[in-house]
Order: sequence, then structure tokens, then C-alpha cells
Amino acid sequence: MTTTDTRPTTTRPSTEYLDPKLNSRIPEGPIERKWERHKFEMKLVSPTNRRRYTIIVVGSGLAGASAAATLGEAGYNVKCYTYHDSPRRAHSIAAQGGINAAKNYRNDGDSVFRLFYDTVKGGDFRAREANVYRLAEVSMAIIDQCVAQGVPFAREYSGYLDNRSFGGAQVARTFYARGQTGQQLLLGAYQALSRQIGLGQVKMYSRTEMLDLVVIDGRARGIVTRDMVTGKIESHFADAVVLATGGYSNVFYLSTNAKACNATAIWRAHRRGAFFGNPCYTQIHPTCIPVSGDHQSKLTLMSESLRNDGRVWVPKTPGDKRAPSSIPEDERDYYLERRYPSYGNLAPRDIASRAAKQVCDEGRGVGPGGLGVYLDFSDAIKRLGKKVIEDRYGNLFEMYERITGENPYETPMRIYPAVHYTMGGLWVDYNLMSTIPGLFVVGEANFSDHGANRLGASALMQGLADGYFILPYTIADYLASTKLPKVDTTHLAFRETEAEAADRIKRLLNTKGTRTVDMFHRELGKIMWDYCGMARNEAGLKHALEMIPELRERFWREVKVPGEGNDINQELEKAGRVADFMELAELMCIDALHRDESCGGHFREEHQTEDGEAERDDENFSYVAAWEFTGLGTKPVLHKEPLIFEYVKPTVRSYK
Amino acid sequence: MNLTLHVWRQKNPQSEGRFVTYQAKDIIPDMSFLEMLDVVNQELIMKGEEPIAFEHDCREGICGSCGMVINGYPHGGHRGTTACQLHMRHFKDGDTITIEPWRARAFPVMKDLIVDRSAFDRIIQAGGFISANTGVAQDANAILVPKQNADAAMDAAACIGCGACVAACPNASAMLFTAAKIAHLGLLPQGQPERYTRVVRMVEQMDKEGFGGCTNIGECAAACPKVIPLDVIARMNRDLLVAKIKGV
Ligand SMILES: Cc1cc2nc3c(=O)[nH]c(=O)nc-3n(C[C@H](O)[C@H](O)[C@H](O)COP(=O)(O)OP(=O)(O)OC[C@H]3O[C@@H](n4cnc5c(N)ncnc54)[C@H](O)[C@@H]3O)c2cc1C
Ligand code: SF4
Ligand code: FES
Repeated sequence: MTTTDTRPTTTRPSTEYLDPKLNSRIPEGPIERKWERHKFEMKLVSPTNRRRYTIIVVGSGLAGASAAATLGEAGYNVKCYTYHDSPRRAHSIAAQGGINAAKNYRNDGDSVFRLFYDTVKGGDFRAREANVYRLAEVSMAIIDQCVAQGVPFAREYSGYLDNRSFGGAQVARTFYARGQTGQQLLLGAYQALSRQIGLGQVKMYSRTEMLDLVVIDGRARGIVTRDMVTGKIESHFADAVVLATGGYSNVFYLSTNAKACNATAIWRAHRRGAFFGNPCYTQIHPTCIPVSGDHQSKLTLMSESLRNDGRVWVPKTPGDKRAPSSIPEDERDYYLERRYPSYGNLAPRDIASRAAKQVCDEGRGVGPGGLGVYLDFSDAIKRLGKKVIEDRYGNLFEMYERITGENPYETPMRIYPAVHYTMGGLWVDYNLMSTIPGLFVVGEANFSDHGANRLGASALMQGLADGYFILPYTIADYLASTKLPKVDTTHLAFRETEAEAADRIKRLLNTKGTRTVDMFHRELGKIMWDYCGMARNEAGLKHALEMIPELRERFWREVKVPGEGNDINQELEKAGRVADFMELAELMCIDALHRDESCGGHFREEHQTEDGEAERDDENFSYVAAWEFTGLGTKPVLHKEPLIFEYVKPTVRSYK
Repeated sequence: MNLTLHVWRQKNPQSEGRFVTYQAKDIIPDMSFLEMLDVVNQELIMKGEEPIAFEHDCREGICGSCGMVINGYPHGGHRGTTACQLHMRHFKDGDTITIEPWRARAFPVMKDLIVDRSAFDRIIQAGGFISANTGVAQDANAILVPKQNADAAMDAAACIGCGACVAACPNASAMLFTAAKIAHLGLLPQGQPERYTRVVRMVEQMDKEGFGGCTNIGECAAACPKVIPLDVIARMNRDLLVAKIKGV
């Protein structure tokens, strides 16, 4: 599917065993000069020429809205798509905790290099150094931009911006807007986007779902969508396509993601030739509200920021059923503080999640089913007073009480890990372009920057870095240096792709089976959580790889989708998404099985130290796994992008 | 517990809607209201009927997708709570619950409980922003914002665009929504240059969309799941007056 791009690059072939299909295009030169230099060397599209180019942006979350707004401001002709009724509802809205930036406003020793270092280390040395450095570099401009837009970040009494700390960092570099940072950042981007819509620079397609990507002569030239109100299948052409469609945690059915989050856009692009990077890297967040029963439809995150003041503990004795208040201090195990004294309760997510699983496996978990640990604020309330805690976390405490009926000012919260974020995604080069020329991928949908584990408050940073400050430059370089023949939606490729999409919908509606979409989705989620979740092993993954194709086959035989295709049909929407999850799930397990090491969020039980820490295998696995689709049911082809660490030498990732 | 539901069913904007009665069986108190509807819907699908269409996404009170009138109250009438955050422990066995969509001229019903709220987007497009192109910004700490202003701006910015204020208002007015954005931006130094053009344009658009006028009843703030304070409306009216005097 892919064509080799022959234009000259300044990229050095980074290693002897370079895969011809994977050119990461990392610019030459010292790391702190790469982006600057690359920006200078990239081609530009002059302001008067920009309106001649049409760019499709799928997704209006932080990454999509910031990209669409910025491209609109620059003068491109932008078309933006979302399945929501309004761009403001994207899942980014739910991010609570904050956004990182190396501002060093606290004078506590932060710097671009430290944020870069923390992110590479936090990602367990499985991210591309050059990308991470650039992310840290542009982080500061993001905060500036957001403040200019009117994002009401928390302030000190002096009027200056306030900061808090997040997991995996020893400096306070996280900016926040109460417990609604994602909301405020998204509203900032949404307002910038709205302005461009009002000016006619961006045409917004709400309630419109992308069903497939259209590739012509090896280049991304458009998309096929379904109008979710009329059911109409339509084609849209462009000179370049940007996917900003978010993560795929919902493959697990239960996750902290919004209900509609799905992988269709990136999965369809993968099927058309975009390689999928590190699909098995998923993040399990340590602080979520435990499952309360079979009816559970999604999981609710309690922001990591709570670990600034909350202390995590379980009883020392397995099976201790006493109320938390009647367990004396010396019979409690503050296991994070004990095992990781220098980071304590702020140990990174993968480590904190696994530690919770371990104590629960030992029978020391609390609450129904023993699947929970305490997050206790009584010390902080004693030290700082209830008012301060209320100011910091009031809305989170309320949220907890609403869901559980328990008051966290009086009794410790119960928390348990849940699937939260996917570090994996479509493989992109330094320019954020996938292996399909003209197809760019930004935000959580791409694989870049976070390696095998993402640090808290870094996803918002990455989404906005991509959308505001990186993509607008790199996409210009593509447009300026590529000769694109004129096409429109009468092209055969559009007709064919439309027909395929319509056919799938017909099949889903006509199966008229006996089981609902949710039943299948739950079943898939259980397989994934049991065998490709917090801990994985060879036997389990092999078992999952037998179960998933079988489930997929049953899905297409037995699924029951009520209603018709020509109006609002939420079951039909879900069915298409679950069908794609069923395919992606298999690739995740294949990747998890092939990666015979533990790293970050990917924990292979075969590879751990005596005290249960992950054991990486740099000699054999220091690469990005980029998978090429070869047809459903046939083995995908693995391409390796070697990771070279010139600035942060891989070490055992210790937070002790 | 077992409940009786009277739910508004309407195929599309053109067709007439009506209430249909369903039984919700074996509901447990830990379920959310939407999870209760999930249970009913799964049963409907198995019976070969179309499930109740309702909007939802985050299910944690922040995306503003969900919205339905429950027993006469938008979002169910619990202070600071969206429909998705409402839990079944607030109901008891044998209760009858009426569920209907937002009712407002500017929010036409699309299907069952789903209404078209795009009018809100158009109000924002008319002026609900600060015109700051990417790249123009100076260092973030060069702009000082007194904490009390930042906090008040944040209070107003917490609006999730759900539309409950409109649904609660006897005039179906969108004043609280519009005024919340005007207060958020107008309380910050960055929002000053466009302060008066913003209010004029947004109010103009609001009127164009067919929302009713405000007669100071206050139902909007009482129904608002984000507890947006009513005084944002007074602030907006002041700004509007100043704009008129200035001839904006
Ligand atoms: C509960 C929660 C809390 C979080 N808190 C934090 C935090 O404090 N700090 C932090 O840094 N990160 C946090 N994260 C992670 C972060 O929020 C996300 O990674 C990030 O917001 C993703 O942004 P995005 O723009 O890539 O995608 P999204 O915001 O998910 O947007 C995806 C967009 O794509 C559209 N879309 C998708 N598929 C299609 C399709 N086929 N057709 C049309 N449109 C489509 C959607 O409609 C949507 O507009 C949190 C995540 C969760 C779940
Ligand atoms: S003001 Fe309140 S009720 Fe109205 S849209 Fe905003 S959050 Fe909803
Ligand atoms: S579903 Fe998001 S606010 Fe209710």
C-alpha cells in the first residue's frame, strides 16, 4: 500500500539494520538543536497558497481541535470531523489532573532536559529520544498559548500560576485548573476552533463518523464517513488527512475512557497500510473507583493528583475485615512508601498499579471482592485542615461520594487500577506522518513520545504540542514538497471504499442474531483484562489468541443490531466499533506475546526480579514494534525501529 | 428494586412522540441512572425492539452529553449532579419515573431523549473566545490574575454545555449558558479587549437561535449541574448596557 517517499531528507540512517519501510526522519545534530534546525530546513507553504490546500482533521479533542484551529488560523482550508454532537464533548474534556511544562516557575531545578529525562525514563526507555526532547521543548509555549486563550489555570494569591506534582517527577511542573484541567484546555482549543468555524476557515462536521480512509496512489487523499443522523455514507477528499481520534482503551470494555472512544479510525487506516506501533502498551491507572457489580458500564478515575496528599495502604494481615478506622497504625502497610521511599505515594503509574495488584493477590485487598486499596487523607486533613484539602480536591471528593455513597473526608477512599490510556497507536515519523504518506496522526492516536508508560499530565501536553506547535509545521513541509494530482470524490477509490463501508453496515444490520453488541464487547473485554491486562504471560496470551478469532467469528454470526441504517442508531454505531476492536485485540496480544520482556505498562510475568519489579531486555527489545497489516487472520509483519539512546542511558528504572 | 418508567419515544424530528411504559427489573442501588437505562435497553434489544436513544459519553459529569428531564427535573434535580452521576440509591422499589427530553424551541428533539443542541456551538462561534492565534502568546506569568478573579472565572468556566438551564427555564432562555462564558472571559485581563463586542455578538446569536428572554426566575441556576451562579447574568446585562452606551 505504501509508496516510498523519495524526497531528500536530512535524516541520518540511524542504524545498520534500518527497515526500508520505517524511516523515522530524525533530524541530524545535537538533540537540543534538532527541532530548531528541522523547522528551518522544512519547506513552507506561503500564506497566499495555503487556501489552495484542503486538510481533513478527524477528531476534535485536544489534538484535533488545536490542530484544526491552528491550521485554520494559518489559512488552510480545513474540514474537521467528530462523532460527537459538538467538538466540545471529546474525551479530552474528562482529564482531571493537569498538564506538564518545564517552566521551572517553582525554581526547583526543572528544565527542558529534566522533563525530557523524566519522560524517557518514565517510558521505560521505549520512546524515541528526539520526539520526547521536542515535546519537552515546546511544553512551555503550550502554557503561554493556553493562558492567552483565557484558560483559568489555578493561581496563587500573588496572581502567579500555581503548580502541583505528579507521579514519576520530583519537581512541581504540573499546571492545573481545579480538577478540570482537560475541560478547560479543551474549551480553550474548542473556542479557538469555534472562532475559525465562525470565520469560515474550518468547516465542522459534527455527528459524522469516519468509517474508512481513502488512499490513492499510495497517499492519503480522503475519508469515507457516515452521517449519524441520516445514515448517509459520504466521501470527502483532501490533500492530507490528520487522525486525532484518541486512544483504544475501550477494547477492554471497562476503562476510564468515555463510552464512545474507539479505534475505528486508526484501525481502518492500519488496514489500509499504516503500521501500528507498540499496540500492547497500555496504561493501567492505579487510582480508579473499584467495580461495583456486573452492571458496571465504565470506570471512573480519581486523579493522580490525589496521591500528593493521600496515602495508600492496606492491612498488614490478609483477610483483615475491620473498618479502616479500627486498624491501628502499626497494622497498616503503606506499601508504596515502604517499597519506594524516595517517590513514595507518587511512584509512577505502572509501578503503583502493579503494587496494588500484588497486595490484593496476597489477600490484603479491601472492599467487596478484595479488589481495592485505601487512599487515605486523614493525615493530610490533620496537617493542612479540611479547607485546604477541599480547595485542592473538593470536586474529586464529591465525585467519589456520589458514586460510592461514602464520604472520603471521613473514611479513606477505596481505589483499584483500571485501564486508562494506550501508549501504542499508529506509528509516525518525526514529522508525525504515518507509513501512508499524507496521513498524519496526532494525540493519543499515535504511538510516539510515551514509550511503554506515560507519565501523568503528559498526554494533554502531547496532544497540544502535536496540534498547536508540531503538526502545522510538518504538514506544510509535506504539502510543499509533494506533487499531488487533483482528485475529487468521483475517483474510483472513493466509490469502492464507500461500497465496502455500506456493505459492512448492511451485514451488521442483517445478521439479526441472538446476542447484543454489549454482550460481545464485555466478553472481549474480559479476555483482554484476564490475559493482556496488568500482567501477561505466554500461555495466557496464546490462549487469548485462540479465543479472540473465535469470538470475532461468533460476533459476525450472532450479533443482534436492532433498527435501521438510515437514522440515529446507537447500536449500529457501537457494533461497527466493537467489530474493529475484535481485530485490534488480536494484534495487541500478538505484540504482547512477541515482546518477551517486561517494560513499563507491559508486564510479562516471566520477566521480573525477585521482588516483583519489571525486567527489561534492552539487548533484544530496544525497538519500536511497528506492525504491518497483511489481511485478517494472517500474521502481521513486524518491522523494527531501533531505539538509540544518546542522552539518557538506559538504566534499571528505579524509584526506590 | 423494580421500577416503572414512562419514557418519551419519538422516531425523528418530524414524527410525533409519546410516552411508553417500561418495567425496569432487578435494579440495584449502586447502579447509575444510565446503567439502569442500559439494563432496560438490553432487554428491549433482546425482545427485538429499538432501545431508548439517549446521549451520554463520559458518564462522569463533565462532557455535558447526557441530559434528560427526570420526574420533571432536568438531570433529576439533585444539586450539582448530572443524569449520569445520579445513582439509583436515590430511588426506591416501586417508584414510577418519568423521563423526557429537554423541551425548548431552540433544541428540537432528534430521537427519543436526544435533542439538537448545536445552537450552543453557534453562540460560542459568534464570540465566545479570545482571539489569540497560536504563537502570539507571551510568557504565561507575564499576565497576573488575582486569585479571586481566576477562581471566579473558573466557577463560570465550569459550564459543561448540557442545556439543563434552558430546559429548566419557563422561557427556554439560554442566558445562564451564554453569561457563563461571558463571565469566564470577561473576568480575565486577556478577555478585556473583546469584552463588549463579545457580549453583543453572543447575545445577538442567542436571540437568533430562538431562545426565550430572561425574566429573572432563577430556575436555570437551580437546575445547573455545575452550580453556575446566577450573578453571571447580572454581569452580562451590565456589560451589554455598557456596550450599548459605548455604541459597540
Ligand atoms: C479520565 C481521564 C483523565 C485523564 N487525565 C489526564 C490528565 O490529568 N493529564 C493528562 O495529561 N492526560 C490525562 N488523560 C489522558 C488524556 O485525557 C487523553 O490522552 C487525551 O485527552 C487524548 O486527546 P486526543 O485529542 O488525542 O483524543 P480525544 O480527546 O479522545 O478525542 C478524540 C476525538 O476524535 C473523534 N473521533 C474518534 N474516532 C472518530 C471517528 N471514527 N470519526 C469521527 N470522529 C472520531 C472524537 O469524536 C473526538 O473528537 C486522562 C484520560 C482519562 C480517561
Ligand atoms: S450553565 Fe449549567 S445548566 Fe446551563 S449548559 Fe452550562 S452547565 Fe448546563
Ligand atoms: S455523560 Fe458526560 S456529563 Fe453525563
